[in-house]
Amino acid sequence: MTRTRTRTVRLTAALVGLVVFSAIPFIAAAAGYATVVDVATRILIYAIAAVSLDLIIGYGAMVSFGHAMFFSLGGYTVAIIAHHTFGGGPMWGWSGTNAALVVWPLALLACALLAVVVGALALRTRGVQFIMITLAFAQMIFFVLVSLQAYGGDDGLLIDRRNELPLIDLGQPRTFYFLCFGLLVLWTLVCTSVVNSRFGLVLQALRQSERRTINLGIRPLPFRLMAFVVSAVGTGLAGVLWANYARFVSPDMAAWTKSGEFMAIVILGGLGTLLGPIVGTAVYLALEQVLTSWTEHWMIVMGPILTMIALFGRKGMTGRLFGQNNND
Amino acid sequence: MLLLVEQLLNGLQYGAMLFMLASGLTLIFGIMGVINLTHGAFYMIGAYSAAFAVLGTGSFLVGALSALVGAGLYAVLVELAVIQWLYRRDHLYQVLATLGLILFTNEAVSILFGRKPPLMDIPPFLRGSVGLLPGLDYPVIRLAFIAIGALVAIGLWGLVNHTRLGMLIRAGADDREMVDALGVDIRRLYTLVFGLGGVLCGLAGVMAAPLLAIEIGMGERVLITTFVVIVIGGVGSIRGALVGALLVGMVDSLGRAYLPQALQLLLPASVADTLGAGLVSASIYVLMALVLLVRPLGLLPARA
Repeated sequence: MTRTRTRTVRLTAALVGLVVFSAIPFIAAAAGYATVVDVATRILIYAIAAVSLDLIIGYGAMVSFGHAMFFSLGGYTVAIIAHHTFGGGPMWGWSGTNAALVVWPLALLACALLAVVVGALALRTRGVQFIMITLAFAQMIFFVLVSLQAYGGDDGLLIDRRNELPLIDLGQPRTFYFLCFGLLVLWTLVCTSVVNSRFGLVLQALRQSERRTINLGIRPLPFRLMAFVVSAVGTGLAGVLWANYARFVSPDMAAWTKSGEFMAIVILGGLGTLLGPIVGTAVYLALEQVLTSWTEHWMIVMGPILTMIALFGRKGMTGRLFGQNNND
Repeated sequence: MLLLVEQLLNGLQYGAMLFMLASGLTLIFGIMGVINLTHGAFYMIGAYSAAFAVLGTGSFLVGALSALVGAGLYAVLVELAVIQWLYRRDHLYQVLATLGLILFTNEAVSILFGRKPPLMDIPPFLRGSVGLLPGLDYPVIRLAFIAIGALVAIGLWGLVNHTRLGMLIRAGADDREMVDALGVDIRRLYTLVFGLGGVLCGLAGVMAAPLLAIEIGMGERVLITTFVVIVIGGVGSIRGALVGALLVGMVDSLGRAYLPQALQLLLPASVADTLGAGLVSASIYVLMALVLLVRPLGLLPARA
């Protein structure tokens, strides 16, 4: 498929996606299925994490098996600040705030800092060791969260109400839906321009041949680390939105199965396409919804489906459609 | 002092169990290049087979045998059905495929055996304890498991270094094309190694069954620890697995005994208590991160 043709296909798909996701709340309301908006909101939130993960797996060949740590850190930052704001007492002399414009940037900053530390250490390794060391860091975060008795420990933490933005009311499911939608679109645009920038080209060059890229005079670490941090911030944003959506956080957000789930979604949708993982998220969560309503033993169907995806889906559902010709 | 000796023995016993799991996993990775997340599921199947066989027959020996056979057979089945298609694929796909297998296995076991965790009694000949030192009585069963761990380590060393099969395994880890070209059926060798890994998991399952809780999800918990072990030791090396298993066993058991007290010296009691539990669980991951920073390929990598 030629480059221009791929571009056309991607643009068309993006337009179709925009129309479909814009229409969902209205169609759901007209048809009387209010829960559809719930599921669709979850899809939008997870899609932000999936796009972020695709940025480093698909374009940078950094297989992170620990991205749930950023998802949970974003969520816990929101929950902990809310806990102190509503009755938990001041935190280091700060009585807290419920303003999203303060809380959310703080949460993203926390994720960026964690990503700098984890990335700087983990990127010394590659291959299996990289997979395992990211997993190890996520496990550390998981056990720290479990041991935080002041913030619910194992049971997690309830959040009194959603953060507040000026002018709009996030308590309204439809408003919240469109906020998530807007952020997903924005984030996908950001990631697309990152991928197509010089920075993104270097990242892809490093994936294809590290040695050749180094010989062109490029130091790999700053590029890889930067991509890792950007990806972590996106995943943290998903965690922030999730905490606001569910009004509940628990150590499960950092569980290794969550990292595996993100990975499965990205592969399902198509690695290195950015748009594919959004489709992957929709299919995965819809499938989960259908299977759980069908049987409590839904894992016995979901498991083999994941295995099949790995065995047969070399390019994911959309790889052939959205992928550029990079011969791999 | 007595506490220290006891904790060291506990660490040794935990390390022995981890070694059973890690040696199989590291062989599978070293030879076939496959990250096999299903390894923990084999261990769970071993424990469940043992518990239900003992419930049915009342004989510990039958239980142990069915654990070895059950876990081994399931491993061979998994290899033939799924793993053999993944040998030349990226690790990413191996992780995803075997993650799917874990979900499947967990659900299948809970449908077959129910969600209620089975109990397995300690067999009569392993009950009681012996006085090792004045004032230190140590359970016989744990000593027996340490001994079994040592036997397995010696047995594997002999197998890998002094038999024809072991020679093929080492050769396969070095250069699989060459072994194939020399007329060895590499496919059968792979299946065999996978089955051997499964049998070792079954053995670990038998060892865990009377001491730890048998439940769905026990496999994943130990699996991640096992990965820590082989990454610390150096992926693909059995010696590394042994060193890693002992290190992790010791750090875990000594951490559990001393870390909370040490924290209390530094921090107020309430903070120390809450942090202590988390830090003990996180300690082996800290150990792994430290080792990887100094030696990115692990302590004793298979190929220097």
